[in-house]
Amino acid sequence: MAAAGDVLRQILPEDGAAGELHVLAVGDSHVDRKVIERLLKISSCKVTVVESETRALQFLGLDGENCSIDFDSLKVNLIMTDYSMPGMTGYELLKKIKQESSLFREIPVVIMSSENILTRIASCLEEGAEDFLLKPVKLSDVKRLTDFMRDEGMKGEKICPKRRRSYDCTPSLSTAFSLISHQS
Amino acid sequence: MDRNQSRRQVAAMKQALFDQGLLDEQYIQLEELQDAANPNFAEEIVTLYYRDSSRLIANIDQALKERNGLDFNKMDNIMHQFKGSSSSIGAKKVKAECTVFRECCRARNAEGCMRSFQQLKKEYAALRKKLESYFQLARQIGPSERACCPK
Repeated sequence: MAAAGDVLRQILPEDGAAGELHVLAVGDSHVDRKVIERLLKISSCKVTVVESETRALQFLGLDGENCSIDFDSLKVNLIMTDYSMPGMTGYELLKKIKQESSLFREIPVVIMSSENILTRIASCLEEGAEDFLLKPVKLSDVKRLTDFMRDEGMKGEKICPKRRRSYDCTPSLSTAFSLISHQS
Repeated sequence: MDRNQSRRQVAAMKQALFDQGLLDEQYIQLEELQDAANPNFAEEIVTLYYRDSSRLIANIDQALKERNGLDFNKMDNIMHQFKGSSSSIGAKKVKAECTVFRECCRARNAEGCMRSFQQLKKEYAALRKKLESYFQLARQIGPSERACCPK
């Protein structure tokens, strides 16, 4: 997977300290947007917050015709999106991004949801979500995520999902999740 | 009131909010996000919450008055949003009442919805008053004094 590794070295800042992670956060709750923005800023990220999936796609430049992709146009290193939203859901945004034929599909997408529904978690992970965070999201969740991304950026390796404690899982279920193949 | 007395009173007010089950650890999280540049972040978020959620409360009020049969799905959806924001600020009792309301929606229990909503509005208003008093006093003593977390 050398090609993917090269791509990710371009997407992720090589020098974790100096390079800033740019995170796009998507959510329809004003309160949640303000909180996630603060959590990300405290974690030393550049943040863009939008209120819907439509706006997210507009920001990424994916809502219209996308003729040429160059590395400069990959504006964000990470997308964090609410699952439940009027209009397009976070799951649908995830699918749209992962189905992209361009480099946009390499952008990690994290789903946030207030509902601990295992089938939902499983489908998101199966669809290629990087992680699934239970709301309300805490600083420790965000720090873990951003630290991990910075580490991966420095190594230049493809990001692989590891089983995490961000959702409630009994040990036997975690084993089941680890068997779900990550879409590459 | 001297500063020490104010500090003790603020700490006591905060502790009471937790002891009485009005707030949970998510509220502490909000205060932990405060710093010299953002000393009133928790208060800003709470203010935003009350401003935004008033619209949701009004929508449910309206929906419960519907004469041609209640739209339980619509109310459940609104309450889902409201519960989410309540959870984000650590409004423990309000959040619990949201759950009760949603259960009544799913059971198509109109009476239950109305009773639960009355209770919810009470909790929501009570929390607002208490937080307003708390913030008012906390602002007087200054940001550096608010670092203590309730046990």
